[in-house]
Amino acid sequence: MDALMIGTIIKILIILAIVSAIAGFGTYIERKVLAFMQRRLGPMHVGPYGLLQIVADGIKLFTKEDIIPQNANKFIFSLAPTITAATAFIAMAALPLFPTFTIPDSLPLIGGAIVPSIVADINIGILFILGVMASGLYGPLLAGMAQANKWGIIGSARTAVQFLSYEVVTGLSVLAPIMLVGSLSLIDFNDAQTGGIGSWLIWQQPVAFILFLIAGFAETNRTPFDLLEHEAEIISGYVTEYSGLRWGMFFIGEYTNMVTISIIAAVVFCGGYNDLWFISGWLLFILKVVFFFFLMLWVRAAWPHVRPDQMMWLCWKVLMPLAVVNILITGIVVML
Amino acid sequence: MFEQIAFYLFSVLTIGLFLITVFSKNVLYAMTSLASGMVLIAGFFFLVGADFLGVVQLIVYVGAVMALYAFGMMFFNVTKDLKEKTTSNIWVMIIGVTVALLMTLMFGGAINPDAIYASLPINSSMTNPQAVGMALFTKYLVPFEVAAIMLLIAMIGGIVLAGKKMDKSLTDAEDEKIQPKDVK
Repeated sequence: MDALMIGTIIKILIILAIVSAIAGFGTYIERKVLAFMQRRLGPMHVGPYGLLQIVADGIKLFTKEDIIPQNANKFIFSLAPTITAATAFIAMAALPLFPTFTIPDSLPLIGGAIVPSIVADINIGILFILGVMASGLYGPLLAGMAQANKWGIIGSARTAVQFLSYEVVTGLSVLAPIMLVGSLSLIDFNDAQTGGIGSWLIWQQPVAFILFLIAGFAETNRTPFDLLEHEAEIISGYVTEYSGLRWGMFFIGEYTNMVTISIIAAVVFCGGYNDLWFISGWLLFILKVVFFFFLMLWVRAAWPHVRPDQMMWLCWKVLMPLAVVNILITGIVVML
Repeated sequence: MFEQIAFYLFSVLTIGLFLITVFSKNVLYAMTSLASGMVLIAGFFFLVGADFLGVVQLIVYVGAVMALYAFGMMFFNVTKDLKEKTTSNIWVMIIGVTVALLMTLMFGGAINPDAIYASLPINSSMTNPQAVGMALFTKYLVPFEVAAIMLLIAMIGGIVLAGKKMDKSLTDAEDEKIQPKDVK
């Protein structure tokens, strides 16, 4: 085994550990932020400021009975949560999570090694991420169809509708920045925005940025578009029959996808991990990602749900024509 | 070495999954194995360095099979096994012989490796998407445009066929207009 492979395996393990922890911590942050916006206190009882609530929830999830309904298709029913969780982490493989850094010389063995903070810098990075995240929607679809429950079937029907609606908008909205940068690699996106705030792609592509954010919210099932598990209409949609750890895997997948969308928005539109004035790049990058994560929670507190027909209307009749017009204008500008 | 292991793993998995697609009586198993087989085929593209085509395979077939699931959901009870209607034996024989003939022809090509060559070999000076773009917009421009027009026609046809009453909202209409009540 050569050094590259060992390094890759270490990186994979670190990303898995940290992002899973973030997914757990995200639930706490979400409850606290929602509570703050709704003038409540949120979790307070377990530990200081309810911080140990994550541990308590974790213990509860791990020790709960794992129920499989009688008429369900057992194999597909057990497979579905794995798809959601696995694809969410596979998508992370092509994401830059940090600036390239050098390990200090003082450390033994590995000192002085230059570490690019991306597991695999494939030259079609952003398409790969979007494709893998799209296949993650098979999790909710199969879960709903396998559980022999009518709410589940409605949930998976909504999954198909939502997927076919937003996927076009995601692809088309990202296409315009791709045309400007001329590459599909996220590293190239970052390197194209080295010249301070003025060179961020968000100023050249404001329409594409907003379209991407809206489609990203639909992709991660966040609130204006969480048709799949809309509790007031269809109980819990595709997760109605799930309990314990399998339900937790859906949750981890959803929060990982939120982190992924935040990172894509930060790298593609908001300057990536470049240094700005005196702030070093890694700190700024984390701040950007945290901001986009916070934005998702903020929107959840501020906006009501939409109906499925409203979402289809929005995606096909408003967002998609806007995206096409945006691409046309970008193309004309690039040609001139 | 890793490439070979991955190739044989992908081959076995893909063939196995597509066999399940053909032989399974359960719609859910058939469609799930079809979807996973399509995703695994993308793995072959990644193995030979055609990253772009691999991702296109992934994106296109994930969406296409998802639409198939939607129809499966509407037509069948997916948690139960499906009883297939027995068709006439003549058709089974005709299809079987045709498939056997096709397989013979396909494997016959591999016996003479000189007969197989790349009409547009990989150009290492270009990245993947550039190479695909060059091939599509120079040598295969006419088929590409014809395919685009055919897809456009199919799309307009679909909208015309399905969208006859689209200006009236079914949500706002009275129940009786959609489904007349039974006369008691």
